[in-house]
Amino acid sequence: MTYKSAVKIVVMAAAMLGWLTGLARADTLEDIKKKGTLVVGVKADYPPYGFRDPSGEIVGMEIDMAKDVAARLGVKVQLEPVVASNRMQFLQQGKTDLMIATMSVNDERKKAVGIVEPYYYAGGVALLAAKSAKIKTGADLKGKPVCAIQGSYYNNDIQSKMTGIDLVAFKGVPENEQALLNGQCVGFAYDDVLLIYKKKADAEKWKDFEVVKLAEITPLPWGLAVKTEDKDTAWGKFMSDTVTDWHKKGTLVEWEKKWLGENTQWLLDTNAKMK
Amino acid sequence: MESLADWLRSLYTDYGINFVHFYDDYERTRLFRGMWMTIKLSVLSIILSIIIGIIGAWAQTSGSRFIRAVTQGYIQFFRNTPPLVQMYFFYFALGPLLPRIQTEYGTLQPFFSNFTWAAISLSFFAGAFNVEIFRSGIEAVPRTMTEAATALGYRPLQIYREVIFPLGIRIVIPALTNNIVNLLKTTTLAYAIAVPEALFVANQIWSDKVNVMEMMLTLFVFYIGLVGILVWIMDFWEKRLRIPGYGQ
Repeated sequence: MTYKSAVKIVVMAAAMLGWLTGLARADTLEDIKKKGTLVVGVKADYPPYGFRDPSGEIVGMEIDMAKDVAARLGVKVQLEPVVASNRMQFLQQGKTDLMIATMSVNDERKKAVGIVEPYYYAGGVALLAAKSAKIKTGADLKGKPVCAIQGSYYNNDIQSKMTGIDLVAFKGVPENEQALLNGQCVGFAYDDVLLIYKKKADAEKWKDFEVVKLAEITPLPWGLAVKTEDKDTAWGKFMSDTVTDWHKKGTLVEWEKKWLGENTQWLLDTNAKMK
Repeated sequence: MESLADWLRSLYTDYGINFVHFYDDYERTRLFRGMWMTIKLSVLSIILSIIIGIIGAWAQTSGSRFIRAVTQGYIQFFRNTPPLVQMYFFYFALGPLLPRIQTEYGTLQPFFSNFTWAAISLSFFAGAFNVEIFRSGIEAVPRTMTEAATALGYRPLQIYREVIFPLGIRIVIPALTNNIVNLLKTTTLAYAIAVPEALFVANQIWSDKVNVMEMMLTLFVFYIGLVGILVWIMDFWEKRLRIPGYGQ
């Protein structure tokens, strides 16, 4: 085989591939409708967003979202449990059509998958605080020891803008809980929803503690995602419209209320803005 | 000083090498506070562990079988368990059992802080080794010395204090130096119970600034310097204590 013909073959193959992906790009939405099932990557271990109920079925706020998407398309929903380390790969490999898996948005992830805008949710930061310390806002933390997870993105804000002293930071959640129960800190700073949920799930253990939201810390938005090449196609637009509709109609607020028992500030604000 | 800061800033903008902790006031203050904490923890633990070593070595020669057994039990426990596990045990398991004190903001805080527990556990850990180190020195002092001192009417404690210990200490300085150098480096374990020492603070900074390599480099230089000073002090002390013709 001559050099020229080899080049020709490569060019042709590349063109073919381009045509094929162009074809695939064109109709993911059509494909889903034709298949009759929508495969959604969801969490199965992250209450109250996606977790297994006592019967083993996956339920939660994000599951309600997935089911709603399928209903709008008139197809069946198939839930594919994912974890943080494989949720984007499943999407890239085509194992899932859509990912709704508690994923916060950052630049790296924006490059890897097609994160749909507007964002549907945001995780804020709260403090599981001893009631006796009477903490109302971040400003009340001045000079007080606060527990936190080592390496969390909000640690610096808490230390530099609120406590002014070094945090009592441990590697994992159990150490932080123990230190809090032992009185080694006045509160444990962590994801607001997880703290609200923790307090509800183990009311007896945390009866002397309350969840105080640290509104001073900007919440990190969560996005649902499609394949990068689907983002600007009918499928990506459909999802974008769906999220907008959820915000407009207040559906997300209802779902959050149903699963968490209360509403978080970012969601209420975003709803109000979009109405 | 300003020009150094400018040069470090240019390192970041031109090469992405981020020594922010030397020119950003906030980061610098907290890093230096962390280093100071390491120094405090080291000095306190070194002094306490040497005191434990001296008392323990004396207790091992005690006439009471009970005191000897307790000393032996202490050595076995602290020498045979990992210092990190000891620290967790003290802080998380033993700490809550002690009485709590009321803080000015209304919560009940454990009696000992994490710094205190770190100092206690590090001192006991290194102290167990120090007991054996001092014992080796005491046993290296010829028995005839004890006999001679007894003949001169010295009491047992006097013999230990004025004859055996001064001779024994000269023998053990190299081994003691090794152990306290190790102790100084082991203070980094206090990171696990959230004592804001050098490694803990470095971790806080690199989580924010994503400059792990630069922080590690800074820590290396810091510990090399700190250990260097410690070794220099011990060498100086060794030379000062030297008796011509003894132990050479």
